[in-house]
Amino acid sequence: MEPIKPMEAMSPSTLDRIKNNYIIQAWLVLILAFGFGALLAGMQIALSPTIEANKVNETLQKVPELVLGKNKADQLAQNNKTLTIQPKLIEVEKMGKKVSYNVFEAKHGDGKLAGWVTKAKGQGYADKIELLIGLDPKVKSITGLFVLEQKETPGLGNKIITDKWRNQFIKKNTHQSLEVTKTGAKSPHEIDAVTGATISSRSVCDIINTTIRDLKKPLLAAHK
Amino acid sequence: MSDAPTPMERFVQGILPENPVYRQLLGLCPTLAVTNGMKAAMTMAGAVAFVLLSANIITSLIRNILKPHLRIVIFTLTIATFVTIADRFLAAYMYQMSKTLGPYIPLIIVNCIIICRCEVCASKQSVITAASDALGQSIGFGIALGSIAAVREILGTGMFFGLRVLPTIWPDWVIMVLPPGAFLTFGLLLGAVNWYQQNKA
Repeated sequence: MEPIKPMEAMSPSTLDRIKNNYIIQAWLVLILAFGFGALLAGMQIALSPTIEANKVNETLQKVPELVLGKNKADQLAQNNKTLTIQPKLIEVEKMGKKVSYNVFEAKHGDGKLAGWVTKAKGQGYADKIELLIGLDPKVKSITGLFVLEQKETPGLGNKIITDKWRNQFIKKNTHQSLEVTKTGAKSPHEIDAVTGATISSRSVCDIINTTIRDLKKPLLAAHK
Repeated sequence: MSDAPTPMERFVQGILPENPVYRQLLGLCPTLAVTNGMKAAMTMAGAVAFVLLSANIITSLIRNILKPHLRIVIFTLTIATFVTIADRFLAAYMYQMSKTLGPYIPLIIVNCIIICRCEVCASKQSVITAASDALGQSIGFGIALGSIAAVREILGTGMFFGLRVLPTIWPDWVIMVLPPGAFLTFGLLLGAVNWYQQNKA
């Protein structure tokens, strides 16, 4: 007897081919993806002004402390006084490219300049580090430092956000670049690195040095 | 299926007998991470409740048109959408809390509790059942987070919800607000729950 020949598969009709197509089978996924996408886009449009306002508020709240130092800022708050904070955009041309800085001009109630706070961004060890740097009215010394955003290693580079490390920068002079040292800061332009996080510490110093170098002249000119 | 759990059964089971953290051991990452304060823990429980309820309802509505080989993709898509909504809502209306919880809100997308409930209950039962299941499991999750956060916050900072409850002479057990404290507290409470179950049986 002859062995049974295996049945030949029927060639699929067009309707069957459409039904078996993987993309067509995923019709629900595609419809849901579009629907949810539209929902999220609508939500973003509705809520992004509020979120931006929250971020700006957070920065503005830090300005008195960064410009005057914690004690004087607390005193100001206790006497129910505030600084008028004016955001400014300062554009600096570096090597043919325009770089813009978000600067906040802080004035006392009587119009006297209290200081400047500038946002500065740069590459850290893991990802970008965003800083708020407080400068005195004559851009002669640093009055405060705050880390807005960082993604450094928890437990190591993360320590750049601690009060103790950041306080090193207060009253540092701007005429000389800050340098990071591992063996304990001896001269006035040296900063003690975070143990085990030299690169993160160096990144913060580099960001500060670059920002001061770029902004010294424009800030002094802006206030004239 | 005439022997599938009723909505009431689903609701009651989720609170203690099938508690997602103490009995099913799901969602342990946020449990350990955000329980160093009651406020953060309750915000996380609220966010998870919102996502769980919405995801269960949507999944239950589309349960008859789900293809087996694409259902996980659809669950994840739905959950991701609602987590993003919750995250943006927190960033807009509770900005400080959103910064405290940090990356743990987006991580709700991979919280096993939610995808487990979608798979086990919502994709097979009606909307009312799925909703009761979501509510029960959320309350269970909230109780679990609350129990751990209470221990950690009171022993670690002497405060409860930010209000002082222990006298200031209490030396703060700082380890309680750090990761080791999370593991210790959770382990001991889990042991207590298991011991209670064994003695009851």
